[in-house]
Amino acid sequence: MYAFTFHRPQTLRQAASLLAKNEEAKLLAGGHSLLPTMKLRLAGPPQLIDLSLVEGLAGIEQSGRSLTIGAMTRHNDVNTSPVAQQAIPALAKVAGMIGDPAVRHMGTIGGSIANNDPNADYPAVCLGLGATIITNKRRIKADDFFTGMFSTALEPAEIITKVSFPIPKKAAYQKFRNQASRFALVGVFVSKRGSEIRVAVTGAGSNGVFRVTSFEEALKKRFSPKSLEGMSIPADGMNSDIHGSAEYRAHLVGVLARRAVAEAIGKSAA
Amino acid sequence: MAAVSLTVNGKPVTADVDPRTLLVQLLREHLRLTGTHVGCDTSQCGACVVHVNGKATKSCTVLALQLEGANVLTIEGLAAADGPLHPMQEAFRENHGLQCGYCTPGMIMTAVDIVRRKGNDLDDHTIREELEGNICRCTGYHNIVKAIAAGARAMRGSGATSRAAE
Repeated sequence: MYAFTFHRPQTLRQAASLLAKNEEAKLLAGGHSLLPTMKLRLAGPPQLIDLSLVEGLAGIEQSGRSLTIGAMTRHNDVNTSPVAQQAIPALAKVAGMIGDPAVRHMGTIGGSIANNDPNADYPAVCLGLGATIITNKRRIKADDFFTGMFSTALEPAEIITKVSFPIPKKAAYQKFRNQASRFALVGVFVSKRGSEIRVAVTGAGSNGVFRVTSFEEALKKRFSPKSLEGMSIPADGMNSDIHGSAEYRAHLVGVLARRAVAEAIGKSAA
Repeated sequence: MAAVSLTVNGKPVTADVDPRTLLVQLLREHLRLTGTHVGCDTSQCGACVVHVNGKATKSCTVLALQLEGANVLTIEGLAAADGPLHPMQEAFRENHGLQCGYCTPGMIMTAVDIVRRKGNDLDDHTIREELEGNICRCTGYHNIVKAIAAGARAMRGSGATSRAAE
């Protein structure tokens, strides 16, 4: 690791002020993406601003028709939360599919979406549920938040404080893991809330998480895997590497979307 | 350099460290607790698993400075130095749940955490799923799984869990 100075602010205001003063500083949440990147010297922030002592950033609560999760809430806490399990079981389940048990004890939802790794699970959940990302400055719709691989709409000195998810009628996530890294080679999150249908894909796109509007239109007629039969997406813009070609990933998007819809309506995956 | 104060195996520790110091370096190099191993150093293999505030954590991927006030339990703190082995350690010995032994401290710390979260009756499938983040490069999983099932049963009513977590 390159050397850095370490800050432990006690309040969100202090954290934001440190971030504003130090343009190249990085926020440290669970650290399970940032620290490995720093160890490889792929990142070398001169300052780290640790959020672990800032109060009020963790917690899960339901109010009316939405579930709100604090940015510093660990994956394991989302996975095992009765409130989350009851409100959006698909979301609680995804949290339990990230990394491994020890990683889930540290990794946070805010860290994951701020990082916007193109293979991460939470970006697909946020986009697939139409979440709102709440920062110390404003509210950002998931549709506007994820702007490309490892990039987001966050401005300098902006800190995610929580994420608010509208509670869907039906939702499910299907993840096809890279056998070595266990990250999503392709992951598809589907949801239905009233007439709003969302299909969000992670892992596949070379520009990060994206929605499949052609699938969404087809599912509007009938929310069933049959509506997607024979459908696929173009291979243009898909990642292509030693783990899978662009064509293979495009094919998996169709397969996983059908499986996710089947799971969402309570049928066993085809 | 920056100061950090935490509890390790029940003892208060204060250290003045380079901010880059990882928890595993604090344990091994500053405190000479070399039971915790570094395998991959990329948070994949689990040889470095310790308990932080009662939860299994990869100590190669946490900065010492993140742990102000934290309670850390390592393999050395699982049982008293002059007393009997922790039931999970005893189960690994009894079932020969190791070959070279390099992954064993992490396996045992993870195993105790599995019991905390999943209880004392663990089927093989659950154990194998829960070991996702612990790699045995001797591929000695069969006896490790047996050892964890036996250790979990032996922990029932023994009162032996994570001492530092309580």
